[in-house]
Amino acid sequence: MPIRCEIVSQDRLVFEGEADIVIVPGSLGEMGIMPGHAPLLSTLELGVIRVKSGELEDVFTVTGGFIEVQPDIVTIMADAAENVEDIDVKRAEEAMERASQLLKKDLSVDPDTYLRIEAALKRSTLRLKIAAQYRKRGQRSRPPGMGTSE
Amino acid sequence: MANAREVKQRIKSVKNISQVTRALQAVSASKVRKAIDQLEDTRPYSVKAWQVLQHIAKQPDRSTLHPMLVKHSSVKRIIAIVISGDRGLAGAYNSNLIRTVETWSKSITVPVKYITVGKRGRDLLLRRGKDIMAEFSNLPAEPSYNDISPVGRIAVDTFLGDEVDEVYLVYTQFVNRMNHQPVVKKLLPLETDVDERVKVFNEIESLTGGYIFEPDQTSILEEIIPRFTILQVFHAVIESLASEHSARMVAMKNATDNATALADALQLEYNKARQQAITNEMLDIVGGAEAISE
Repeated sequence: MPIRCEIVSQDRLVFEGEADIVIVPGSLGEMGIMPGHAPLLSTLELGVIRVKSGELEDVFTVTGGFIEVQPDIVTIMADAAENVEDIDVKRAEEAMERASQLLKKDLSVDPDTYLRIEAALKRSTLRLKIAAQYRKRGQRSRPPGMGTSE
Repeated sequence: MANAREVKQRIKSVKNISQVTRALQAVSASKVRKAIDQLEDTRPYSVKAWQVLQHIAKQPDRSTLHPMLVKHSSVKRIIAIVISGDRGLAGAYNSNLIRTVETWSKSITVPVKYITVGKRGRDLLLRRGKDIMAEFSNLPAEPSYNDISPVGRIAVDTFLGDEVDEVYLVYTQFVNRMNHQPVVKKLLPLETDVDERVKVFNEIESLTGGYIFEPDQTSILEEIIPRFTILQVFHAVIESLASEHSARMVAMKNATDNATALADALQLEYNKARQQAITNEMLDIVGGAEAISE
């Protein structure tokens, strides 16, 4: 019996469907959630969510958030999440470029700004890495545009 | 019968009014679309957040988990967050909301303090002599979570500071463009009520045993509970905005229709008055001619 998986980010419903296993970057390390898992509440780190159902695999980047597990449903509340097929590589490259320029140029910025730029850098690096990794394998589990809102 | 010139002036002013209301209707129509988009985009997250809060509140050892889950033994002080609009001309939108507040507050025996969002609600409550502890107005057209979070923050802080025993949220729920319902929802302490929106999502209510918490119970609840509670206030504002704009659109459409009907009726009256004047003149001429010919 598959487990239901729903991924919502703050501005949209990202994914909704059945899965055999959902692998998430928990705060204490990677977790694989299978049907019948005990109730769990955890924070998420920056990383990759993999939703496997039979031969199909959907991959998402996540920048942090929460996961709630009930025996029959996994709910992921992401700060921001994106299907790997939808990653705009060009935009991510630009963002990475911008962030690393900013960090090189001015190290005297206040700590908050520094952290924000660093987070942006981490995010864009992750997206590029994941996009390269999963797209090279040619593992298109589904036609583009399906399973995501809009 | 009014004379033709007066009627003509009235027709002009009615037509001017209908132009204004038609313009407002068009503006509201575009705003309502944006507000509904924002509502639909943020709804999944808010609904999920509320479900998680409900699940947490269902935990067997709930009162030891977090102070926001603890019911105060006697309820003496109550806060109500009332979300209204900044502007009028929205039909019964604001007055329906205030009427809901009135009905609800009659069932409460202890003094209630109000936090208002929106100028209209503030003014209407002040006129009724309510005790307002904070007010927020002139919110941006499409508020973000950060714009609204101070409202929820006050509620959470006063509750945690043991200055209040219960917090309620009064807002207008958006059902569809024609139908919006003022509702009163208990925000704090968190309780397990059956929420309408949960039913809509057709969830199978699963048995909740004790949670496993990662990294640990305190830090995750400390993060989730206040944040998700404030998110409920944010969501209420978004719902209310969509309701307000669609209420205004409907009100302005009615006003435009009425003005058009009135202008038509006045036009008829004007024509009659004009014909009457011509007839009178002709009678004068005929009468004069006859007098001469005799």
